[in-house]
Amino acid sequence: MHPNPDKASIHLTIVGDGETLCVTLGGHWRSREVGDIEREIDALDFSSHRRLRIIVGAVVPDLAGAWAVRRLEQRAAERGLSVDYEGERPVTVALVDAALGDAAAVSALPAASRGSVLSALGHRAFDTARDWRDGLAFLGEATVRFLRGVFDRRAWHPISVARHVYDTGITAIPIVALIAFLISVIIAYMGAQQLRKFGADIFVVDLVTVGVLREMGVLLTAIIVAGRSGSAFAAEIGAMNLNEEVDALRATGVQPIEVLVLPRALGLVIALPLLTVIADAVGILGGGLLCNVLLDMPLVQYVQRVDESIGDYTFWVGIIKAPVFAILIAIVGTFRGMQVRGSSRELGRLTTVAVVQSIFLVILADALFAVLFMEIDI
Amino acid sequence: MLAVEARGIVNRFGAQVVHDHLDLEVRSGEAFGIVGGSGSGKSVLLRTVLGLHRPNEGEVRMFGTEITHLGDRALRALKADYGVTFQAGALFSSLTVLQNVQLPMLEHLDLSARALDELALLKLQLVGLPADAGAKYPAQLSGGMIKRAALARALALDPKLLFLDEPTAGLDPISAAAIDDLLIRLRQELSLTIVMITHDLDTIFRNCDRVGVIVDRKLVTDSLAGIVDHPHPWIQSYFHGERARRFGVAHGT
Repeated sequence: MHPNPDKASIHLTIVGDGETLCVTLGGHWRSREVGDIEREIDALDFSSHRRLRIIVGAVVPDLAGAWAVRRLEQRAAERGLSVDYEGERPVTVALVDAALGDAAAVSALPAASRGSVLSALGHRAFDTARDWRDGLAFLGEATVRFLRGVFDRRAWHPISVARHVYDTGITAIPIVALIAFLISVIIAYMGAQQLRKFGADIFVVDLVTVGVLREMGVLLTAIIVAGRSGSAFAAEIGAMNLNEEVDALRATGVQPIEVLVLPRALGLVIALPLLTVIADAVGILGGGLLCNVLLDMPLVQYVQRVDESIGDYTFWVGIIKAPVFAILIAIVGTFRGMQVRGSSRELGRLTTVAVVQSIFLVILADALFAVLFMEIDI
Repeated sequence: MLAVEARGIVNRFGAQVVHDHLDLEVRSGEAFGIVGGSGSGKSVLLRTVLGLHRPNEGEVRMFGTEITHLGDRALRALKADYGVTFQAGALFSSLTVLQNVQLPMLEHLDLSARALDELALLKLQLVGLPADAGAKYPAQLSGGMIKRAALARALALDPKLLFLDEPTAGLDPISAAAIDDLLIRLRQELSLTIVMITHDLDTIFRNCDRVGVIVDRKLVTDSLAGIVDHPHPWIQSYFHGERARRFGVAHGT
């Protein structure tokens, strides 16, 4: 976008007259022309002159235009020329003089601070450590508030909990079911390709059943919910923070943790296991469908084999993880939301952090569970 | 010459009629105050005139150009000709004050980095902000400084026309008076036309040449001296109520 495609010098008419350089101002000296004017001024050749005479004529510069006139004066003065005017010096130029004063104000502009790599590393480490400490403190406070609230019926907020079960659970059913179906199809397909070589087709069923029930069902559901609801928690509470609603709660004597964090955590602890059950069911259904189509396995045989392959703990090993994941997602989401301060950019940053960290923590916890279950042989 | 002219504006939201054939005229060089009860549609009127809201009926002319049917490009060019401040400042919270002022310049002008810095600083000085305020983020500013910073951003492109939504709302009387002084000074120095929505009687009596009051979904416009004697009951209680008494005395009515 260039307001003035004609690059010819239309704002300055220059007549060199021996020692004196006469510059007549022309055209419009307004903000939108200042870019061009500035280039014309920078292109001026002051050498071999000792005086600059500015002829204002009919030009009425606005503030930006006056800044450009002042720039012209400054450029000449820097090169040792004396400056005078034919006609009045525009009043707006005096206004710019008064506002900008000498260079002191300009030099007060902040310079971008650049620390050393070492200090940046130190800051980073310090911030991370403080972040973890704050997060643990938050978890601790939430736990204490929860334990106190157990015996206080008023602290239960059942309507709020129900709303969060609906928002995080019921509305997530379609996407969770779809993804569980697709994942079990992928597992069954990959398994069938490999196991067919050994004539061990029937073990595809074991692969799907154990894989979905123990790991995939709950893990994928948790990851989807972290993306959906972890981000929603952080954004919702963060926006409330920006709007001073959280302060308003505190001022009313209401504990934000009690009304904002606990209902969300509780809602998710209820919703995530239920979602996992749905994911498990749809996953096994998907595996059955693929076995039927790809391996010509009758559905009756599939169901029989599923029944045989499920051990005492297979289902519970998966489902027991769901509440733990739910607490991780809810705590990280709400904690990041509570951290939002000051700007919309923080809101975006912390919402991203909430999602990334809750997914990370869910996978880390899943790995720890895997080790635990192996140690106790289930 | 008319800076802003709105004719037969009708704004409806569902069954609720906010403006019913409302007319507005703002002359070049004057300060025009818009007054009205809460929910009378002051902000909707402002948004209509700014081209942010398309009215159900009527036309809006700014510097003679009809804007309700203007395309995006033409509207964009027109937006460089006026400055706006919003009620809560609406400063971009992720940018520093200086960057806030520079944003319209970057969008509409083609300037060197030096010109950008100096011109933005010039605007900050003009509205009475210290130079070190430029490096601060909006969340670090006081209410009065936010109003000033918003004004600096509105002045970024040296507009001839300024729209102010509640320029003194939420400020203590001393800060509000300082904003009034600033507006009077800027208006003289930059020969601005100012349209402002305000509830502040101080601001109206000190700054405004003419006042438009939104009553019964229409705008009643008169000079400051004339409007205080208008018979409409809302206008009467507005200018002669308990809070306005000292002005009534001062103006001999």
